[in-house]
Amino acid sequence: MTSSAMQQLYQQIILDHAKSAHGAVADLGELDALTPGAPASGLATPPGLRHAQSHQVNTTCGDEITVRVGLTGTGADAQIDEFAWRGAGCSISMASASVLNDTVRGTSVAESQVMLDLFREMLRSRGTIEPDEEVFGDAAAFAGVSKYPARVKCAMLPWVAFEAALLQLR
Amino acid sequence: MTFVAPPPATALDQTLSSDEVLRIRNDFPVLHQLVNGHPLAYLDSGATSQNPISVMEAEQEYYEQRNAAVHRGAHTLAFAATEVFEAARATVARFVGAREDEIVWTSNATEGVNLVAYSFSNASLGQGGAASARFALTAGDEIVVTEMEHHSNLIPWQQLALRTGATLRFIPVLPDGTLDLAAAAQIVNPRTRLLAVTHASNVVGTINPIDDLVALAHAVDALVFLDACQSAPHLALDLAALDVDFAVFSGHKMLGPTGIGVLYGKADLLAAMPPFLTGGSMITTVDMEKAEFLAPPQRFEAGTQRISQAIALAAAVDYLTQTGMGRIRAREADLGHRLVEGVTAIPGVRLLGPGVGVERIGLAAVDVAGVHAHDVGQFLDEAGIAVRVGHHCAQPLHRKLGVTASTRASTYLYTTDDEVDQFLAVLAEVAPFFGVAR
Repeated sequence: MTSSAMQQLYQQIILDHAKSAHGAVADLGELDALTPGAPASGLATPPGLRHAQSHQVNTTCGDEITVRVGLTGTGADAQIDEFAWRGAGCSISMASASVLNDTVRGTSVAESQVMLDLFREMLRSRGTIEPDEEVFGDAAAFAGVSKYPARVKCAMLPWVAFEAALLQLR
Repeated sequence: MTFVAPPPATALDQTLSSDEVLRIRNDFPVLHQLVNGHPLAYLDSGATSQNPISVMEAEQEYYEQRNAAVHRGAHTLAFAATEVFEAARATVARFVGAREDEIVWTSNATEGVNLVAYSFSNASLGQGGAASARFALTAGDEIVVTEMEHHSNLIPWQQLALRTGATLRFIPVLPDGTLDLAAAAQIVNPRTRLLAVTHASNVVGTINPIDDLVALAHAVDALVFLDACQSAPHLALDLAALDVDFAVFSGHKMLGPTGIGVLYGKADLLAAMPPFLTGGSMITTVDMEKAEFLAPPQRFEAGTQRISQAIALAAAVDYLTQTGMGRIRAREADLGHRLVEGVTAIPGVRLLGPGVGVERIGLAAVDVAGVHAHDVGQFLDEAGIAVRVGHHCAQPLHRKLGVTASTRASTYLYTTDDEVDQFLAVLAEVAPFFGVAR
């Protein structure tokens, strides 16, 4: 029965990311335990790193995710040097977290904010925005999700957690 | 050789034939539509059921012919409205083996649970005097629930415990989705004041042994609160025979409209219980400092009532009664059996709750290994199959069964065998599509 609509929504890139889950860690540990210079979640932590994390839940289906970021520097130029997440949910939300990891790790806060706005705009477009793959990378695979308003929340969940974590470090 | 004639087929509990189901479907306009290019297979009646034409007509007839405030006004329409409103109460009372003054209208079942929980709170504050002492809770008292409860029969009791200092305890669920009755016999003790339990599980489909639980509770003078949301629509319910003290159910799960639910309370208990919501329509004498309250059920029905919804619910009850609750139960046992046999035959699909051969209401919740329920639901929806995904308002039960979410197909009297088969066929395609075929 597998329809083309299903294949458009669940593109192979999404199914692959849901499985490989880039940036996912089994245990985030306690945020309070993180001090500048201390290793976090087994990741090398440069000195001067500032951490924040946000936990988000999709009440419709119970998906949940915690996204943690570690920044060096301040303001819009601050660098996202650490990114880790832990979550449980559908393939759309898990793949989105994996793609988010690939998209923002190593970028500046300003650059990631641009991507966040573009991603959100595309998802809210009900299928009318065709993403530029040069700009979006694997995130372009979520274009199909925008035709399913009930699933937009799933795709946005990690990005909303990321945004909330960044806000704490403003 | 003696010949023993087989007992005559008792029409009262004989399953519905497929012709009868098809005739029934003609009364439900919403079922006849395409969803994503496929005929709709509505398998989410456990969440909300569909309305037959007679229910929608009853509501329309009320607004076209009789709309007026009930229990007040001296004009003809007001009398006509009051008459049908109270006739609806009588219809629902008969349907569940209750007296009319034991039936309180609420907005939904959740409000009914909260009504009782807050009446207990008010009694705990001393309202209602000596008569309501039996509802007053304090530190040292215990409220017992089960691990199987829908959040609506859990959180109001958690909150009541928090407000009164009482302790909340729970009866565990066994891995097969039944209650641990041996544990229950230990947990229910002389400190137990209330036992709140669901009649049938909205997740695992188990029909709980209410007689045993009532016996346990009453032996220690505890009251029993029954969540009948998943039983009232699906089997012949006799609350007096069950001997529960309170019960709730909701209209929209039994062919009725949204916005109407029912609280049942034994007459002597309702008569002794202080009100929850207060205001107009529930008083006798009012002065600036205090008020006297009406007898039940009006004492618990403050403000303008859900008149059209009550009348429409009575029409739904008439529809169910004419079809026959015994026959509906038998039909749904067949559908539940078909579901359970089908899902257990699919590799990688785990059925939650009792397996083949154990009676259940007409639903089955499953976990597809490696695929989140939300994705399963999306895949089914693409084929026109409507199911519920998520935790079904029962997070503790899902946790106990080792999953965070599940996919639930639930049936009703209008469900066909073909719809169940279609669900099973598409469910079998889920794992291969998501690349977790083994």
